Amino acid sequence: MKAHSVLRTSSKVLIPPIMLFGLYVQFHGDFGPGGGFQAGVLFAVAFILYSLVIGFDKARRVAPPGVMLSLSAVGLMIYVGTGFVTMFLGANFLDYDVLASNHISAQHYGIIAVEVGVGVAVATVMIGVFFAFAGRGR
Amino acid sequence: MEPSLLEQDFEYVLIFAMFVMTCAIAISMVRMYSLFAMAMMTGIFSLFCAGLFIIMDAVDVAFTEAAVGAGMSTVLFLGTLALTGSIEKRVKGVDKPALLLVAVVGGMLLYGTSDLPDFGDPDAPIHHHVGNRYVQVSEAEVGPPNIVTSVLAAYRSYDTMGEVAVIFTAGLGVVILLGGSQRFARTRYKPDEEGDENPTALQAADIDGAAGEAEGVQTAQATPEGGPTPGKETT
Repeated sequence: MKAHSVLRTSSKVLIPPIMLFGLYVQFHGDFGPGGGFQAGVLFAVAFILYSLVIGFDKARRVAPPGVMLSLSAVGLMIYVGTGFVTMFLGANFLDYDVLASNHISAQHYGIIAVEVGVGVAVATVMIGVFFAFAGRGR
Repeated sequence: MEPSLLEQDFEYVLIFAMFVMTCAIAISMVRMYSLFAMAMMTGIFSLFCAGLFIIMDAVDVAFTEAAVGAGMSTVLFLGTLALTGSIEKRVKGVDKPALLLVAVVGGMLLYGTSDLPDFGDPDAPIHHHVGNRYVQVSEAEVGPPNIVTSVLAAYRSYDTMGEVAVIFTAGLGVVILLGGSQRFARTRYKPDEEGDENPTALQAADIDGAAGEAEGVQTAQATPEGGPTPGKETT
């Protein structure tokens, strides 16, 4: 890909806004369309674009597959952990009301925590799957 | 607010145009042999589906369709194409039992859709179930203006947890099946190291499962018979 300087330059310009948009979709998902799943995919797409244009090995150094796999487990654990936190605070599993004194903000905190878990898990699984595919032919 | 008649007609025209385009893409995909073009066509197909969902006011679904259907799966198709050939094998003649099966199943599906409620029908069963309650009280009960988020992350958060678990398990399965690390790909799929190489590669997979991050240290043990040096730039 070294010869395609237009492609390389435009991708370099595009990757940060893609990640920023991913974060926006992640944390604005309760007000607009989107949420953890879409944000995770967007975030993964930024890494995949980097890998396609700049180089597979460099992308692997940025996001090592082992770390990606562990992070996907961490994402799931954030989700389940939120449930356990609410349980230890005396409510039902994933009943967010105990996370804050105010009912609405408690729900909000719970949703944000859970969506972060979804986002981390989806993004890292997508990156890991892409590396698994792209790494096979080498 | 009730949309004007012109607006409604315009919506139907748009939906019909999208339908024609998706049909055209599907037919052209059946008729072409270049797998690369087909992968691109599936991406375009997904993009049109996303547009269709937006017209039908399912913005979250459209978002997911555009990101996953047009983005991720096209990339995965291309990744697969890099491993296989990019021209479909030509088959002479028509497989008659397959054609019959497709015709019967397609006919049954078309017959089934005639029973579905009209698009936007207020009397549809879906609008007489729990959906109404979400629309009316979710703002007071949960808060977020996006009802889809309240349903997914609050009312049905237990289901969503299961979904995340499914995604995690599926990703784990794919990575294990395909040998997620480049190192395994080198030790396992090198043509001159086939055969008795597999047990070692499996052991290497075990090592990696235990300590995924310690790549550089493990590689020396995982590539016997003087395999290629790890971490070397190939692109």
